[in-house]
Amino acid sequence: MNRDESTTTIRGILGEIAPEADLDSVDPKADLRTEIDLDSLDFLTLVEKLAVTTGVDIPESDYRDVRSFSGLVEYVTARSA
Amino acid sequence: MPSLGADMTEGTLTEWLVHPGDVVHRGDVIAVVDTVKSAIDIEVFEEGRVEELLVEPGTSVPVGTPLARLASVNGSVQPEPTDPESTEPESPEPETPTTVETTRPSSPPSPVLRHLAHDRGVDLSTVQGTGPDGTITRSDVEHTARPVRADRLQASPYARRRAGELEVDLATVHGTGPDGAVTVSDVEAAAGPAPPPEPVRAPAPAHATAPAPQQERAATAAERAAAMRNAIGDLMARSKREIPHYYLETTIDLGAATEWLERFNADRPSAERVLPVALMLKAAAIAARDVRGMNGFFVDGAFQRSTSVHLGVAVSLRGGGLVAPAIHDTDRLSVPDLMVALKDLVARARAGRLRGSEMSDPTLTVTNLGEQGAEAVHGVIYPPQVALLGLGRVVERPWAVDRMLTVRPLVTATLAADHRVTDGHLGSLFLAAVNDALQRPEDL
Repeated sequence: MNRDESTTTIRGILGEIAPEADLDSVDPKADLRTEIDLDSLDFLTLVEKLAVTTGVDIPESDYRDVRSFSGLVEYVTARSA
Repeated sequence: MPSLGADMTEGTLTEWLVHPGDVVHRGDVIAVVDTVKSAIDIEVFEEGRVEELLVEPGTSVPVGTPLARLASVNGSVQPEPTDPESTEPESPEPETPTTVETTRPSSPPSPVLRHLAHDRGVDLSTVQGTGPDGTITRSDVEHTARPVRADRLQASPYARRRAGELEVDLATVHGTGPDGAVTVSDVEAAAGPAPPPEPVRAPAPAHATAPAPQQERAATAAERAAAMRNAIGDLMARSKREIPHYYLETTIDLGAATEWLERFNADRPSAERVLPVALMLKAAAIAARDVRGMNGFFVDGAFQRSTSVHLGVAVSLRGGGLVAPAIHDTDRLSVPDLMVALKDLVARARAGRLRGSEMSDPTLTVTNLGEQGAEAVHGVIYPPQVALLGLGRVVERPWAVDRMLTVRPLVTATLAADHRVTDGHLGSLFLAAVNDALQRPEDL
């Protein structure tokens, strides 16, 4: 998956979890949890859906690398087929 | 019409999901009821055949009004269920011939599995179990092809309600959900750019044309949110008027629990991981079971202790608003099963697909502020319950362990309790029990 594909996929998943969030105004470097009000269950759902759609299942030890939108995109892009 | 909360006086029957002549089993969802806050799937608690539906869809009736008449099924071969766990009609007969060694019957499907099967339209008695002793597993249910039910459009209660609001005929909507189910976005897409104008209630648009779909949806959603806010406000005001609250607070060291979780989650796929809140809920359930006076209802001037523990979990809804539906028999669920139940409950709460029993059955509520929350919450008890457990954000703080200074993850647990039922002594025992349970996470 290239960066554009990852971005689209991640945006799609975030749109399902937080349908009322304005994804265009999200600061890509800021913590996603505060940007679009995700709690720990939402974040786990995000990780689960990413695992299903991209095959990349982010372990807890790597959570600190995927706090931001851009971090998430980079991580998924680097590890997906 | 069931009471789906202490604040409910009436409900609107929006849709029947059974017809006269259908046989129903305990726990089946048979109708959708609209309350001021949301649409709820109503379950039936008897076995029988539907004889007559007494209330027309669209009618609002007071709580307690009979909605349908059932007749008992004659010549039924099922034994009278004394314990729902052991004699549910959905329990499968083992398909493979039993050998001499396998004399243990397969475990009946758990409530979580029965609900999953029901939601997917799967008849559990036809599912081949691949678990130990032929037990049906979650994956067995998920892999069973959903039978085609041409007589019933697959659409969630929320999608149906939106279709009603936007005056969209569900039968004409192309469904993009699982197995062609119609989702809310399908309905809203089908509503098109020029929906019929909503008289009076929509905000006055800048142009003198029909309100744009965005505005019309906002008007209805805003009304819902306002109605929910009012309902919550009324219930909280009543609680404060009637219940003499007292408050206790304790700090819980989650070091053992977080270490256990890290090890548990490390080699598990995300779908099987457990969050701290699941451990805290299990600990609360055990404490509710073991310490008297926190688990039950205050009705007609007296406390009625509940032998079952159905923890209400406060869930904030993304559009604003709060519901606190129950996870049934929380104390009897394993931590992984509790996690599955919690994820399912929160998803359905946000999608407006909660069940009547989840609204009426909580025996004690837990409110967890979560990662963005404040450090402590002193909450308001949901009548007719008699206590509320509050959990703040987990924080890293200096802490004394064996007379040495270290840093530990801590959570502030608070108890709001009904002084007509308990006092500080029992309340303290309850919080101590929650704390103790969390110090031995492997036993939860």
